[in-house]
Amino acid sequence: MEGVVKKFMFVNRKAPYGTIYALESLEVVLISAAFDQDVSLAFLDDGVYQLKKGQQTKGIETKNFSPTYRALDGYDIEKLYVEREAMEARGLTEADLLVDVTVLSRRELGMLMDGMDVVLSF
Amino acid sequence: MLHIVNKSPQEKNCLDACLGVATDGAAVLLIEDAVYAATTGHPAAAKLEQAQSRLKLYVLRPDLEARGMADRLIAAVTAVDYGGFVDLAAEHTCQSWL
Repeated sequence: MEGVVKKFMFVNRKAPYGTIYALESLEVVLISAAFDQDVSLAFLDDGVYQLKKGQQTKGIETKNFSPTYRALDGYDIEKLYVEREAMEARGLTEADLLVDVTVLSRRELGMLMDGMDVVLSF
Repeated sequence: MLHIVNKSPQEKNCLDACLGVATDGAAVLLIEDAVYAATTGHPAAAKLEQAQSRLKLYVLRPDLEARGMADRLIAAVTAVDYGGFVDLAAEHTCQSWL
């Protein structure tokens, strides 16, 4: 790997479809993968809904981008973190999520965030 | 009156504001990110269950399906399609809680 590798964290806090944030974040994540950076994705608050299984968007005539999360490991993006408190506050468990993630407490996520070079918020 | 809420109840207070203002017999329709309120395990679901005796509660099914939440809908809330949305809008004066 050439050049400087920085640690990037994408912080996702919005539900999918209601706003464009979730999709825009995913677009930038895929771009960052092309630059061989050390990329982490964090899902906090309503952001955990982005990973909910069973999304069917035919009825709202919007692109269902949820399968893309499962394709991320093909781009060497394998560090996905979910806030435990956010998941529990929404009645969700790891079994409701469409991809393997590491579940962390808010405090653990905070410490992880502190170790990043760049944090991008969506 | 038909009250329409489209914001996530864990991000904005639109649903609480709506439930506080809506008078007995009014209809409340949850669309877009507000549909999460009507799902099992969500803290707002208990508020809807409490309100169901005095309000008519609806949720837009395509928005539930898009979010993978169709199988988690609580019994206190009735799912409608776009045609049902139009019927509700035609029957009532609408107030959107933006």
